[in-house]
Amino acid sequence: MATTILEPAHAAAYAKRSVLVEWLTTVDHKKVGILYGASAFVFFLIGGLEAEIIRLQLMKPDNHLVSPEFYNQLFTMHGTSMIFLAVMPISAMFFNFFVPLLIGARDVAFPRLNAMSLWVFILGGLFINFSFLLGAAPNGGWFGYAPLSSRQFSTGVNMDFWMLGLQILGIASLAAGVNFFTTILNMRAPGMTLMRMPMFAWSVLVTQVLVLLSFPVITVALILLTADRTFGSSFFSYTTAGGDPMLWQHLFWVFGHPEVYILILPAFGIVSEILPVFSRKPLFGYSAMVFSMAFIAFLGFGVWSHHMFATGMGPLADSFFSLATMLIAIPTGVKIFNWIGTIWGGSLQFKTPLYFALGFIAMFIIGGLSGVMHAVQPADLQQTDTYFVVAHFHYVLFGGSIFSLTAGAYYWWPKMFGKMLDEGLGKLHFWLMLIGFNLTFFPMHLSGLLGMPRRIYTYPAGLGLDGLNMASTIGALILAAGFLVFIYNVIRAWRSDAQAPADPWGGATLEWSIPSPPQEWNFAVEPVVAEKDVLWAMKRAAGVRTLPEPARVSGKGIHLPSPSWWPLLTASGILAFMVGILVKGPVTHGFPFGLVSVAGVLLTALSIFKWSYEPVDHPTTHTPH
Amino acid sequence: MTAAVLDHDSAHAHEEHHTSLPVNSRKLAIWTFIGSECMFFASLITTFVIYRDSHAKGPGPKDVFGVPLVTAGTAVLLFSSFFVVMALNGAQQGNRKKLLTWLTLTVLCGMFFVGMQVYEFTHFVHEGMGYTTNLFASSFFTLTGFHGTHVAIGTLWLGTLLKDAYKGRIPPTKAVNLEIAALYWHFVDVVWIIIFPVVYLMSLGR
Amino acid sequence: MIADTAIVHHAHDIPHASAGKYVQIASILFLLTAMEVLLYEVCFGHLREGMGSFSVALAPHFVSVLLILSAMKFWFVAMFYMHLKFDIKILSWLFGFSLMIAFVVICALFVLFTYNRTLWWWSGTW
Repeated sequence: MATTILEPAHAAAYAKRSVLVEWLTTVDHKKVGILYGASAFVFFLIGGLEAEIIRLQLMKPDNHLVSPEFYNQLFTMHGTSMIFLAVMPISAMFFNFFVPLLIGARDVAFPRLNAMSLWVFILGGLFINFSFLLGAAPNGGWFGYAPLSSRQFSTGVNMDFWMLGLQILGIASLAAGVNFFTTILNMRAPGMTLMRMPMFAWSVLVTQVLVLLSFPVITVALILLTADRTFGSSFFSYTTAGGDPMLWQHLFWVFGHPEVYILILPAFGIVSEILPVFSRKPLFGYSAMVFSMAFIAFLGFGVWSHHMFATGMGPLADSFFSLATMLIAIPTGVKIFNWIGTIWGGSLQFKTPLYFALGFIAMFIIGGLSGVMHAVQPADLQQTDTYFVVAHFHYVLFGGSIFSLTAGAYYWWPKMFGKMLDEGLGKLHFWLMLIGFNLTFFPMHLSGLLGMPRRIYTYPAGLGLDGLNMASTIGALILAAGFLVFIYNVIRAWRSDAQAPADPWGGATLEWSIPSPPQEWNFAVEPVVAEKDVLWAMKRAAGVRTLPEPARVSGKGIHLPSPSWWPLLTASGILAFMVGILVKGPVTHGFPFGLVSVAGVLLTALSIFKWSYEPVDHPTTHTPH
Repeated sequence: MTAAVLDHDSAHAHEEHHTSLPVNSRKLAIWTFIGSECMFFASLITTFVIYRDSHAKGPGPKDVFGVPLVTAGTAVLLFSSFFVVMALNGAQQGNRKKLLTWLTLTVLCGMFFVGMQVYEFTHFVHEGMGYTTNLFASSFFTLTGFHGTHVAIGTLWLGTLLKDAYKGRIPPTKAVNLEIAALYWHFVDVVWIIIFPVVYLMSLGR
Repeated sequence: MIADTAIVHHAHDIPHASAGKYVQIASILFLLTAMEVLLYEVCFGHLREGMGSFSVALAPHFVSVLLILSAMKFWFVAMFYMHLKFDIKILSWLFGFSLMIAFVVICALFVLFTYNRTLWWWSGTW
């Protein structure tokens, strides 16, 4: 890609910005990624704190550490936060930072749309969590089952915060979905064919298909719930003729099951990047990995009713969804065997990222096996709504997603921030997390089979649950200690002066060919790709183990997209619209709060209008393709 | 809302940019968005069909629906699809007069359709069918209301492009600006092609 | 009818048919819509009286015929006005895949919802 000279006026505008303005108006995918990561980590800590309080409440029988009402808020917000405000956006941090680097691009396809996704996400997360300050956090469970979520049984603003907050977050996900799908298909470096892409890019592509086709369904479900709660219709309530709460469950899980693959597929991608590098071997069965991932995603749209076996759908529907669910074990098994095949006979480098990646495989297998148990409908009737289910989905969501995201954090930290995390502390983190995790969640299989219902506020002594719950609580505290070690590790690296090299692990992909942290334009010269594992190919061609440290260039000649205020303002308009609907509901006292919504729509419309006519800086010359 | 954002995003950005596939990034993005919208309208249509017969209280489809008015609306929307494709043809040929004429007609059609829907909704409310009267009404207003919102957004979008065209800002090299708006517009038309028989004719003919 | 259409390829994929083609498609769409309304009027509306046994014979197939007519309209708009016929294949795959998932989910929900009320494929009632 040829470049043109930075215009002096533009360069001056760049230099003038303060640090705050720079971050608020940034359209750089790497800064957006860091903002995603930082805000999501804060929400992750809040969600973790909620989990610790839940565990302390359940530590011993007949405990009254918190009130039952607050307990409902805790488990609802724990689930909601961890899914929508932690795992998804931490994955989004990696999408943002690394997808352009992995495919050899200078930025995403729509940098300002990307910034808008970020701000919509942050404002949505703040919006939901703001409810705690009013003492009215969502309290109806993270899947908001009707009719419990209808106005009749949930009179406060609690579930209003939940439904409107999720609506806001959905907008962020959909915008990011369009952006990353387009980016991966259309912004690849010359020669980077689809079947040469790093597996993480593939996982993001498939994940975005899931996002794009499942989030509209929850959007509709939430619109109907909003109509019920705010405008008095009865889509989901029995109170007036004909409403059917089952419609909520179906719409929610048509979204909800693809959603769990949205949480796990990026984790698959990260592990598929890490294992080859630390085994010094290419990924085993690349195309099988791609097709099994696509197959998992496709099947993900045909299994949603296995979340609803207890609702009495009849034998035909039960059998169909049982079989479809078991079918998913096949492509998942293919992936697990391919990961094992990758490390088999490899020259293993026992660094922290590999520890977490191996931990991921082991824990995910356990979670996968209990998943197959749920697919068996008669067994599921015993397990549904017990702690067995809690154990299962924490093994796949924590043992799966969080282990993998942590592996990714240790792996990519040097690239993102130019500092190495300490290996000793990293391994301590791993062992605390592995032991704490299993001590927390393995006993839940047993307490679940003994009949302990999930979401229960407390339990009497003498049911055989005391020891198991105590074990879980101790485990949860060890887990927390593990993350404290991680935070200490991060602070330590932050303060150290040692600069990370460009390629600390002997990487196979393009991000390791540029300085750590990358300069704003990523690649001073656009890379050309001739095969998979392109950096290994370059090293082979040069006959070296590590390429010479790339020089940091001045970047004077490279055009970058201009910073913009409009993404943030667009997001603010969306927030205002939802706030207007929220206060229109239960707490209106004559004041036309609907005006807040109208103002929000106008602000969003104006911002989009100004945004579309804002000049965008881009190279004016180009190489024809 | 998201539609408008993404189409306007890099309004001038990627025309000349290197792309991996032989397709403009914004065009690929609007197609992606359209794919996503399929699920949006699928969910709304499912909801309507499930609740179509839930009108124990208040009027049902046979009490309020009239074929001539919606047929007129349908025809207008179909015509507008034809008009916008002619406008795009004009833009690609650099024929300013053709572009302006057909685009103006498209925008007028959009306005007529929205007007038709406002009239229809008002009429239904006068017939005693409010948003919460029964579930047939709620799901009908939700489905057609969101479709109408799409038409309104499309009309605004095409309106801004009409202004651009008038100022000569849509030369053949930037015809893609109109093309993506036209794709969105056709999709909205195609949704109505499903709504018209499924919501109106099938509810009447039973 | 399609092969003789002039398809112009610009430097960066702006494929399109000729204006004549668009007029042709518009007429077809108009005709199909007229047939939809006519079908309704014959089966259930004003023309029912006059058509006698024909109406009676056609009425049970009203839904299927109507859906086929709409599918044809859908196809013409997508292929020609949305240029899928002339554009790169991935756009057709993108749209087709989304439509397929949407269609399957609609049908599945429909079965799930009617299953407990009535086995509609046995009773014949939708």
